[in-house]
Amino acid sequence: MSVLVFTENWDGKFKKLSFELASYASKVAEMLNTNAVALSIGNVDESELKKLGNYGVKKIVNINNDALKNLDDRAYTSVIAEIAQKESSEVIILSNNNMGKGLAPRLSVRLKAAIGAGVSQLPLSTSPFTVYKRAFSGNAFAHLELKTGVKIITLAQNSFELIETANGASVENFSVNVDASNIKVQVKDVQKQTGKILITDAEIVVSGGRGMKSPDNWEPLVELANLLGAATACSRPVSDEGWRSHEEHTGQTGKIIAPNLYFAIGISGATQHIAGVSSSKYIVAINTDKDAPIFGAAQYGIIGDASKVLPKLVEAVKEVKGK
Amino acid sequence: MKILVCISNVPDTTTKVKFVEGNTKLDTTGIQWVINPWDELSLTRALELKDDASTGVKSVSVAHVGSIAAEPTIRKALAIGADDAIRVNAEPADAYYVASQLAEVIKKEQFDIVICGIESSDFNGSTVGSMLSELLDYPSVSAVSSLKIENGQVVISREIDGGKEIVHVSTPFVAVVQKGIAKEPRIAAMRGIMMARTKPIKLYEPIAVEPLTQVVSFEMPKPRASCKFVDAENPKQLIELLQNEAKVI
Ligand SMILES: Cc1cc2nc3c(=O)[nH]c(=O)nc-3n(C[C@H](O)[C@H](O)[C@H](O)COP(=O)(O)OP(=O)(O)OC[C@H]3O[C@@H](n4cnc5c(N)ncnc54)[C@H](O)[C@@H]3O)c2cc1C
Repeated sequence: MSVLVFTENWDGKFKKLSFELASYASKVAEMLNTNAVALSIGNVDESELKKLGNYGVKKIVNINNDALKNLDDRAYTSVIAEIAQKESSEVIILSNNNMGKGLAPRLSVRLKAAIGAGVSQLPLSTSPFTVYKRAFSGNAFAHLELKTGVKIITLAQNSFELIETANGASVENFSVNVDASNIKVQVKDVQKQTGKILITDAEIVVSGGRGMKSPDNWEPLVELANLLGAATACSRPVSDEGWRSHEEHTGQTGKIIAPNLYFAIGISGATQHIAGVSSSKYIVAINTDKDAPIFGAAQYGIIGDASKVLPKLVEAVKEVKGK
Repeated sequence: MKILVCISNVPDTTTKVKFVEGNTKLDTTGIQWVINPWDELSLTRALELKDDASTGVKSVSVAHVGSIAAEPTIRKALAIGADDAIRVNAEPADAYYVASQLAEVIKKEQFDIVICGIESSDFNGSTVGSMLSELLDYPSVSAVSSLKIENGQVVISREIDGGKEIVHVSTPFVAVVQKGIAKEPRIAAMRGIMMARTKPIKLYEPIAVEPLTQVVSFEMPKPRASCKFVDAENPKQLIELLQNEAKVI
């Protein structure tokens, strides 16, 4: 038996979510009295692979196959299923990000394994196997029983902390046969965003709404984000208007995020917006309207004009950080 | 080319959800039902493709797994412009159950492009679309933010963490779509509403499928601590609270 965790890397370096997944998988393995095994697909060197061991993983199955250079959901599913069978995995854990959302449901069908998607905590119990997940776009949570022998969990990003437990993991290089004729998705072009903190990865997110008044007013907001090592985000009308790029749109129909700290600046706090940010650990609201619904979701608030408050905040951060 | 858009019937996000029967079931009284926002956008994109003769898209159908209570939502999709609809007459037990019913119908009806939304705003599973592609053994592309047909070739832009990829895929396939697929959902015009009354809704009875999951109970989100206000003249205090009290910066 084992708990299998599907990791992701970016140009040979593990994404932060891989360590979150490894930490989570190790805890689930503990609950089941078994070990966590990580699967890595790509060109990742041994020292990077071994980092997974720092988060409790006992073994790392490493697959480096040119045919898997690009993501083809069918081909990847076959590989994960093969490793899950080889490792007799009872639980398979993936991220609830774009990749995980594409792969986990396929695996579920392939292995006849129930899936708990968008889980944000350790399983509530292992017998029956019950997970805690978001429902009704954050307006409720569900206790969901996974009724099959093999179970799949997709973990919401940023919802589980890194837990360091050095285990001294071993690396097993494994080769798989990929049927190239089955690859029907061809990647023609890749446009990478470089140098920017990913909004789904970020621990702090600074977000602006229509109350920012104009696309020309974003400078202090961006400066605040830079000082805090934060990603920038926005409400839907702001991206619809083209004030900011679509990648920044958070909410029910945009990105669903769970940073430690979310600044909502000039954002009213419509239900559809809150749906995407309600899992943030802390929300700070800055708004001229004391009755804005966003204050109902926030732990800290400033009633005031963003254009006046933001420059002062920037100064305050400089002062505090300077010390 | 034939396009199918799978639609989910969901409570409007702004309606307050409540639960009954020991918190195991949604209380449907007073709920405003709508087409799942993603599916509305998918339908809009499918209709845009059909409007453009160069794409070769000849028809846009919608499919829904649900009871007769969902018919107003299906009619709405027809009013927006879908040519016809399919309803599998069953209570959606879980994502696997729904995907299995849809797969069965698609095998019979055959489509070139099947579009599903990235998630249904009720159970937030993000699973039906990809399950469906696996059940059909079709290729699938997930996180689709743009879908075009250029000289008969499907050209898709999909979001990856930290960027996007332009991909080509052969038909038939399943596209799981997200933000960007269409700008604003198309709204039904009077003429569309009139026409929708006579458009066909084909009824299928469900096949026997054992769901893989079971909701044990629902609960409401834990109430958050009330908001602590800081004077607008003194934002430094906020930074200090974030540093010393919340310990997040
Ligand atoms: C199906 C559906 C899905 C949706 N999905 C999303 C989604 O994913 N994400 C999303 O964000 N929205 C979404 N929406 C839209 C949502 O309902 C709101 O319209 C939107 O969130 C409002 O954006 P806002 O807060 O920026 O603007 P507004 O609601 O206009 O709020 C602006 C706020 O700024 C404040 N303000 C004004 N001037 C200042 C100033 N000088 N300083 C400080 N504050 C100021 C105002 O008091 C107000 O509270 C969706 C809607 C629908 C119907």
